[in-house]
Amino acid sequence: MDWSLDDLARWNDKIEEIAQECGLDYYPQEFEVCDYHDMIGYQSYVGMPSRYPHWSFGKSFEKQNTLYKMGAQGLAYEMVINSDPCLAYLMIDNPLSMQILVMAHVYGHNDFFKNNINFSHTKPEFVLENFKLHADRIRSYIETPSIGYKGVERILDAAHAISFHVDRNQRIIRLSEEEQKSHYYGALNKDRSYWDELKKEETEEEFIPSLSEDLILFLIENSRFLEDWEKDILNIVREETLYFLPQMETKIMNEGWASFWHYTILHKLKLPPSMHVDFIRSHNQVIRPHVGGLNPYHIGFNIMAHLAGKKDMFEYEINPQIFEVRAVDRDVSFLRRFLTRELMEELGLFEYQRNHGKISVSNISDDMKGWKEVRDTLIAQTGTGSIPIIKVKGIAPINNTLQLVHEFDGRELELSYVHKTMQHIGTLWSDFPVKLETNIEGNKVVCCYQKGEFTVETDSEY
Amino acid sequence: MAIFKEFSKQKRDRSVADRQRHKELVKDKIKKGISDVIANESIIGQSKDKKIKVPIRGLKEYRFVYGSNKGKGVAQGTGKEQKGQVIQDQSAPQKGKGKGEAGEDAGEDIYETEISLEEAVELMFEDLELPDMDQKKYFQSETEVLRKLVGYQKKGIRARLSKRKTMMNRIKRMKAKGVDSAALKNSDETFPFHNDDLVYRRLQVDVEEHSNAVILCLMDTSGSMDQTKKYLARSFYFMLYTFLQSRYENTEIVFIAHHTEAKEVTEDEFFHKGESGGTKISSAYIKALDIIEDRFNPALWNIYAFHCSDGDNFASDNKAAIEAAEKLTQVCNLFGYGEIKPDMGYSWSTMLDEFKKIQEENFVSLRMRSKESVWPALKKFLNKDRSNTMMD
Repeated sequence: MDWSLDDLARWNDKIEEIAQECGLDYYPQEFEVCDYHDMIGYQSYVGMPSRYPHWSFGKSFEKQNTLYKMGAQGLAYEMVINSDPCLAYLMIDNPLSMQILVMAHVYGHNDFFKNNINFSHTKPEFVLENFKLHADRIRSYIETPSIGYKGVERILDAAHAISFHVDRNQRIIRLSEEEQKSHYYGALNKDRSYWDELKKEETEEEFIPSLSEDLILFLIENSRFLEDWEKDILNIVREETLYFLPQMETKIMNEGWASFWHYTILHKLKLPPSMHVDFIRSHNQVIRPHVGGLNPYHIGFNIMAHLAGKKDMFEYEINPQIFEVRAVDRDVSFLRRFLTRELMEELGLFEYQRNHGKISVSNISDDMKGWKEVRDTLIAQTGTGSIPIIKVKGIAPINNTLQLVHEFDGRELELSYVHKTMQHIGTLWSDFPVKLETNIEGNKVVCCYQKGEFTVETDSEY
Repeated sequence: MAIFKEFSKQKRDRSVADRQRHKELVKDKIKKGISDVIANESIIGQSKDKKIKVPIRGLKEYRFVYGSNKGKGVAQGTGKEQKGQVIQDQSAPQKGKGKGEAGEDAGEDIYETEISLEEAVELMFEDLELPDMDQKKYFQSETEVLRKLVGYQKKGIRARLSKRKTMMNRIKRMKAKGVDSAALKNSDETFPFHNDDLVYRRLQVDVEEHSNAVILCLMDTSGSMDQTKKYLARSFYFMLYTFLQSRYENTEIVFIAHHTEAKEVTEDEFFHKGESGGTKISSAYIKALDIIEDRFNPALWNIYAFHCSDGDNFASDNKAAIEAAEKLTQVCNLFGYGEIKPDMGYSWSTMLDEFKKIQEENFVSLRMRSKESVWPALKKFLNKDRSNTMMD
């Protein structure tokens, strides 16, 4: 260990000075020094100092630990919590140069959490307490004799299976069905222009309410035999997902922003030459391209630096537009707006096509037509784009069937997973039937699940 | 001004409970995997040190996910990729990974653990035992048990930590250092345990006395017992045999094979030889009774008898068989009859119905249909609680 806490504090003050000069606006910062065991521990609970118990966190720990021990994967460079004050962990084994880099990087994240609009609903000032309260509540259910560990686990397993099926974009205001109706009728046949005469007149029957993607909320509100504690667990899982979603939706931007700032700040810090070499090496390791994968640090950093006006060196005026971008965008819009063909070529992005174990390049960035395909495919897999969208269609009367529909966009669902996931939904739907419409091999199909029976039928009705 | 929190040397291991639970669930999975593997033909008759491979699917967290067979994705490359270039082809076996390998499949973690047959059996039979074992007066059989405390040692496993001695060592060290324990209570300072404080109990092998037990394995080897049926019967006995060997070291096992005539055979013959002919179940029971009378006095021995047959008995023999079976139940702690009917096909004669006439409580009869039902059948036999003895 070539540093003491005082060293860190001294460097931190210099970093903060530069950060403020540059216009970063962040929450008060707290750093905690920890060793690799702690770090893996925090990582498996997504950084939260307290979290409810569940085996999946234990599994995550074992996996990280094994990968780390086998040398297959290094540790996370940094871990920052979206909280106010902002909490970040520093690894005790890192040399001073690395700690400085990580601290500067952390201020980038901190600023991003505070200013990006996607985080505006996350209540960072209460988050640590909230997670603790959630944990306490779930522990109290475990200790309730009539519920017990297995009882809680059964609901948690099921809730985790659908944890991402909530409203993904909290910035989009959801209208109630009544409001949707009044908007719809208000706009009906108004302002028809001359050529609209040729169109069919819109009639009232055509109103179809837009479907909700908040499956968990729907279950809480409509499942008939769920007990209060079960609904509470669902609620806890839902709230935690809503807290974490913005981080998934802004991974590239957030890492790009933080990497851009550690790069900028460290150049302004005037490090002694020996440390500067260390820094450049670490920096290049963080933002190197992962051939065959996608490194959000690399992609984010390049786009951000490009927007800021960086050409080759760091001596340049930072374009103030980037502050605007970090406030209003999320990865999907960020890539759509700013990922140009030149940048894509620079990043070496290409599109591949999978076909039963055979993977071939289908589009490359260095192609006048193809590059847009590459970009759009990238956008489709960015953030929560890799998670299928499932919407609630409603409840069929008589046998109380829960009707779900998968928004098919060309990507097919993995049926074995559909089976088990629907089994979990069945648990939460008190064993009434559950149906899911989707598309397999070009056909519309309906997957049905009830009490252990899973069937896939070709859809004739729709 | 940021706040820095110093590294705390106090070891906290918050994920320990969740890891424990995860391990438990994985172990359950292994258990389920084992009964499939162990019922497999290839291991029957193998020595207990043989290593077997048990595939375990990792515990999956199921969600709605996109399938991995088809679809497209984006990855970073070297910039030299060409349209149409194949970067990975798993349809043909190929070692090494393509440079453009894409790594976001649904992800199936299959572990394969290698455990010895003995360990496997240990896991399977964890909660089983020979039921209704009586304390017989004479002829105690002896089993070695690690139990007797003979002293203390510095190294050992956690379970044998002597808390008392360890505590005392800590106090000694505290006194030696001149730390005042009363003052310590009121301050934030702690006086943690040191590795040198830890003391473990040393145990020695002790002899535990068990009641004598003998197991009679009766198997139908007649012509109607075809390949599948014999295989089922053998895997049943093999599991039973392995279980007994691992659990009850000094248990006598007698093998009897019968068609119209019964004879005592060796272990090897029992598991590996085929016979043919008609079936007279009574012959086996009478042979068993003879052996018991000859060598195992019920007053001194716990006697267990298991019989596997397809139930295709000569009708004329049924009466004699039931009589003999009743006699056998009187001298045995448990008499189990497993009827092997692999298919749903018609079989006119079945002993199961005949055996319903036997009302003795220590008589269990059940049916085995397939490889999968062998293990539940054995469990049923060895389970103490046999509220429902008929099963399908």
